[in-house]
Amino acid sequence: MRSQNKNVVRYNRWGYIFLVPFLVVFIIFQLIPLISTFYNSFFKHFFDGIIEIGPNFIGLDNYKSLFKGGEIWKYFKNTMVMWIIGFIPQILLSLLLAAWFSNPSLHLKGKPFFQTVIYLPNLIMASAFAMLFFTLFSDIGPINSMLVDLGIFKEAYKFLGHTGSARGLVGFMNFIMWFGNTTILLLAGMLGIDTSLYEAAEVDGATSNQVFFKITLPILRPILVYVMITSMIGGLQMFDVPQILTNGTGQPTRTTMTLIMFLNKHLYSKNYGMGGALSVFLFFITGILSLIIFRFNTKGDK
Amino acid sequence: MKKIKKAMALSLAVAMGLSLVACGDKKSDDTTTAAPTTEAENTEATGGDATDAPVATADEGKVLNIYCWNEEFKSRVTAHYPGYEEVDATSGKIGDVDVKWNITPSTDNAYQNNLDQQLLNQESAAADDKIDMFLVEADYALKYVDTDYTMSVADLGITDAELAEQYQYTKDVMTDSNGVLKGLSWQACPGVLIYSRDVAKDMWGTDDPATVQEHVKDWATFYATGAELKAKGYKLTATVNDSYRVYSNNVSSKWVEDGKLNIDPRFKEWAEAEKASYEAGQTTTGGLWGDEWSTGFYPEGKVFAYFGPAWLIDFCMAADDEKSIAHAGGWAATTGPEGFFWGGTWICAATGTDNPTIVADIMRQLTTNVDIMTGIVKDDNDFVNNKSAMEAMAADTSYGDAVLGGQNALGMFCEGVEKIDLSNISSYDQGCNEEFQNVMTDYFQGNYASYDEAIEVFKSNIQEKYPAITVE
Repeated sequence: MRSQNKNVVRYNRWGYIFLVPFLVVFIIFQLIPLISTFYNSFFKHFFDGIIEIGPNFIGLDNYKSLFKGGEIWKYFKNTMVMWIIGFIPQILLSLLLAAWFSNPSLHLKGKPFFQTVIYLPNLIMASAFAMLFFTLFSDIGPINSMLVDLGIFKEAYKFLGHTGSARGLVGFMNFIMWFGNTTILLLAGMLGIDTSLYEAAEVDGATSNQVFFKITLPILRPILVYVMITSMIGGLQMFDVPQILTNGTGQPTRTTMTLIMFLNKHLYSKNYGMGGALSVFLFFITGILSLIIFRFNTKGDK
Repeated sequence: MKKIKKAMALSLAVAMGLSLVACGDKKSDDTTTAAPTTEAENTEATGGDATDAPVATADEGKVLNIYCWNEEFKSRVTAHYPGYEEVDATSGKIGDVDVKWNITPSTDNAYQNNLDQQLLNQESAAADDKIDMFLVEADYALKYVDTDYTMSVADLGITDAELAEQYQYTKDVMTDSNGVLKGLSWQACPGVLIYSRDVAKDMWGTDDPATVQEHVKDWATFYATGAELKAKGYKLTATVNDSYRVYSNNVSSKWVEDGKLNIDPRFKEWAEAEKASYEAGQTTTGGLWGDEWSTGFYPEGKVFAYFGPAWLIDFCMAADDEKSIAHAGGWAATTGPEGFFWGGTWICAATGTDNPTIVADIMRQLTTNVDIMTGIVKDDNDFVNNKSAMEAMAADTSYGDAVLGGQNALGMFCEGVEKIDLSNISSYDQGCNEEFQNVMTDYFQGNYASYDEAIEVFKSNIQEKYPAITVE
């Protein structure tokens, strides 16, 4: 009995050794930067031109000036609104496509081809994609000249000069870029469902709607939670698309300015203190929102 | 079991969240300083033995590092500096010294960020990695000039007498708060109003600069002409931002006075004039260098005028493109409502350089040698920083700029350059000017109810950009 126990311990040691590379990478590249972010957020530390100011300990002053004026909530709202504009069509379309792709009774032809094609937008660099949209939708761009030539608009519409259209463009681009990825995740989840469940449902005379809502969706829930949380974290960190599309200005009137773009603004003077405070804020917001989504989706799963 | 699974999934989700947030965090900690191998042999600039040898002496460094943001200076050195041989796109040779060009575009402040990082490491860098020479623009020159990172021109052995022919404003920009001159330029950039000959003929039956000047002689007349132009389907300017520098160069106070943000009345004047002009359909809200700005380089753009210095005319107005107005020589220059300057590049010697002789020689040759400078005017149509050379060229009837249909506009530039007054620049000008234009573009498009509302936003943007400034 005792020697057996010893063997187990010895085997476990290998487990720890295999964990070491991960731990080292994690500590160097994630834990230490994370802690130093917290640390920096309590200091006044920036550059005035090329002259370094600080670091001087100032307690919570960075947080005070961060929340003074309430701009941070405005940028938080912008970020969430643009994420939702992109996420809702994305999840709906992905569910639909995944359901079609995974349904053997549809006998879809060229499935691998379509699966590849819908993933393609994600392979383009976000900045290149944003540049493309910037050119397409500029005041003298092809979209505007087409709309004017067709007589739909009298004069060029400033897509980036209006809050609705500017946010819509950002959401739309995120939607185009990410629905393929979501489809593939959901598809993997759906293909993992035991087909005997579907057969049983069919024998019992369930309609395809019933099958989808009563069998597919409940079983898919863990994957859905995963998709939602990763997408939300990605959404909170939205940066490249609106940054390039609006040239960093978050125009019009900063209504497309996301939290990370705001963070980037503080880095103009290498303001480590404010940057740190903003990152800490983002850290907690992300944690809280992830928890809410997680709770919400696992409720009643006893 | 379920509980454990749940806990696992939760902790994984949170860990993922944390790690992603951690990525969004500042990335500037990487002060990967090159090992200071030859710290001991650090050759300080020895001001004493100013030799007359034109090229580097043997005891100086073998690598000359030059930091800049585009090809302009490189092409000037390649074409005009005696003894420079090009090796490839980013390197060359002067005698037995390797010249290394470190070119970072200035978009999004990338040039300055890179330069700052290098300058902060200058002391610990190996002799061959130290920056020897870098270029700056007027908008942010003081940021470097007013520090010890730039060398005094006098310490390089260049005397005031040698610089007598240079325009005063080019020296004012590079003079620090103690009155020490820290850099030199080979060019001066007085601006003029550049108008389309075809549009002028269509409007007034002539493209003669003196007649056209009557229609743009002051701001009231300028915008009144805009209304006439609009009636015939032309635009006064390509974008609202075209006239910005003309106003901002003629301010009577600095952006930052005693550490406090200060908005000169001229900025409000600009904003209101351009808002009216935009609402009357005389211009667009595009940015400089954008698509809307450059459409006017072609006849279809129907743009009457641009404000610009010599380099804009020859470098930026698409003269290479057969369809452009510039290619056909369809532009002409006139003085315009007010004098201004735009751009200009100054050469600074970095403190700690191991090639002071060669740096001094490049400065001396390009910014004081009359033959070389006249060559630059003839080859590149640049306006060089030498009074007597420029005045002689202005009087030369055989000289003309092809883009301007053969017009010799140097006289106008010579007249304009004397009026440039740079006593009101601060080291925050670049960021303040950019932000002001961004915010006002929103105001022009009607996204802010009033000018005052826009100004409030401008103030908070400045505060986040420059934490060192007090904003009230």
